[in-house]
Amino acid sequence: MSINDIQDSIIEEFSAFDDWMDRYALLIEKGKELPPLDPAHKKNDYLIEGCQSKVWLYPEFRDGKIYFSADSDALITRGIVSLLIRVLSGRTPEEIKNADLYFIEKTGLRENLSPTRSNGLLAMIKQMKLYAIAFEYNMNKNRSDEA
Amino acid sequence: MKDIIEIRKDFPLLQKEIGGRRIVYFDNAATTQKPICVIEAVDEVYRSYNANVHRGVHVLSDMVSEAYENAREKIRDFINASKKEEIIFTSGTTASINAVAFSFGERYIKPGDEIIISNLEHHSNIVPWQMMCERKGARLKVIPVTDRGEIIMEKYVKLLTEKTKLVAITQVSNALGTIVPVKEVTALAHQLGIPVLIDGAQGIQHCQVDIQEIGCDFYTFSGHKIYGPAGTGILYGREKYLEEMPPWHGGGDMIKSVSFEKTVYNDLPFKFEAGTPNYPGFIGLGRAIDYIRELGMEDISNREKRLLDYATEKLSGIDRVKIIGNAAEKVSVISFVIEGIHQYDAGMILDKLGIAVRTGNHCAQPLIERLGLEGTIRASLCFYNTEEEIDTLAEGIRKVIRMFY
Repeated sequence: MSINDIQDSIIEEFSAFDDWMDRYALLIEKGKELPPLDPAHKKNDYLIEGCQSKVWLYPEFRDGKIYFSADSDALITRGIVSLLIRVLSGRTPEEIKNADLYFIEKTGLRENLSPTRSNGLLAMIKQMKLYAIAFEYNMNKNRSDEA
Repeated sequence: MKDIIEIRKDFPLLQKEIGGRRIVYFDNAATTQKPICVIEAVDEVYRSYNANVHRGVHVLSDMVSEAYENAREKIRDFINASKKEEIIFTSGTTASINAVAFSFGERYIKPGDEIIISNLEHHSNIVPWQMMCERKGARLKVIPVTDRGEIIMEKYVKLLTEKTKLVAITQVSNALGTIVPVKEVTALAHQLGIPVLIDGAQGIQHCQVDIQEIGCDFYTFSGHKIYGPAGTGILYGREKYLEEMPPWHGGGDMIKSVSFEKTVYNDLPFKFEAGTPNYPGFIGLGRAIDYIRELGMEDISNREKRLLDYATEKLSGIDRVKIIGNAAEKVSVISFVIEGIHQYDAGMILDKLGIAVRTGNHCAQPLIERLGLEGTIRASLCFYNTEEEIDTLAEGIRKVIRMFY
């Protein structure tokens, strides 16, 4: 499935609920389902600054793709990061860099979890994109070193 | 006291519905809502007599300067300071404390001197002193607190030495609501001739403050936490110190004469009020003081005490809820954690239920750390809150618990 296919299915899952309390319940569910982060990766190097709750985001680069795992001490934040992982993990740096994350707008996550509430949603996306840029740079550098 | 239904009618924001429901506003320690008379007083300045204060010879400048100075007199009377010259207008408590930290530091602090604060302080009463200590080579000493959130007086007494040059302490903990015995704290410091600054940001709105009774040398508070406009702050300073301390800002209105060779500073309080002040704000603050005096500070205190008792009882009755801060003397601020639920998660859901609380470390990281926590949920109440709103909060907390378990 493409990034957009997954975004569309997330939008569909959320649109099943009119009430924001139900949508939060869904986010909490998603948060509970997120596989735990290897405790070795739960360190300050992977902590995202600027959130009221702690968020750790760990990237791995394998076969030209980035795999993210994450954790947070707050469940709603775990739910949010799990959605981002679903959309962006296992993608190439190019895909991550260029991804237009319209599901945030369409699920209503943006207005309900706006950056002024320091939930770190935007900080998480920024961090994922920064990792993509960094991995892409290294990849190109290695290639040119080999050549 | 006026009936609560009538009181609530004085506050336009309390009538508003957001997302189809009235907001339960329990974030009064962050800022209070404004009565209509305050909003109208500010509006009236701009509509009817706006001009810069203390500048022009024209009638508008006279009118606005008079109203502005009347506000100063109201504030002096409200805190029972002996002289109007001792009431300095600033932009808020933070500005007031920074001002003292700078000017007092310049005048009196030498390397090796010590400043005493407590473990209860808001960052605004920590960082300015750290900055001053760094500038002057002085040291910061901290009065420890008990698990209940009260300062330990015996430890405080031991910290007072001939090296101590100032004690700066909060009147009320913003995070826990603890009332600090500031009168005793001041008396002990004065025995050694040490001046005392009281951060009244969380005290002034809850109980009658009498500067002369406390005996402190500096007292600071913010207008917006006492039903006045944002951007208005007060610094009370004892004349003796204010006369000796250099100004913290230079500019217009704070001088008698300026030449390139020598500038002569203005008299108190103007020496410390460079630049155009927030005069509509202070006129509004004067009106806010009138308003709460009409309600009666004693009645306000009593009503808030009842609300605190009711909230404490309601919240302690909920399984998994733990109240943080159990000082014997508290204002209507109630901090709590819910076992197994992050305060941020709880705050988000409470917000969706139309309940405004604060979550996190409340700009008091050293205190939250001392208590072994990451943060708390804080409901800060004031006289316009109701028992029904507390019931709504209790029901909201139950809902949060159901959602996460």
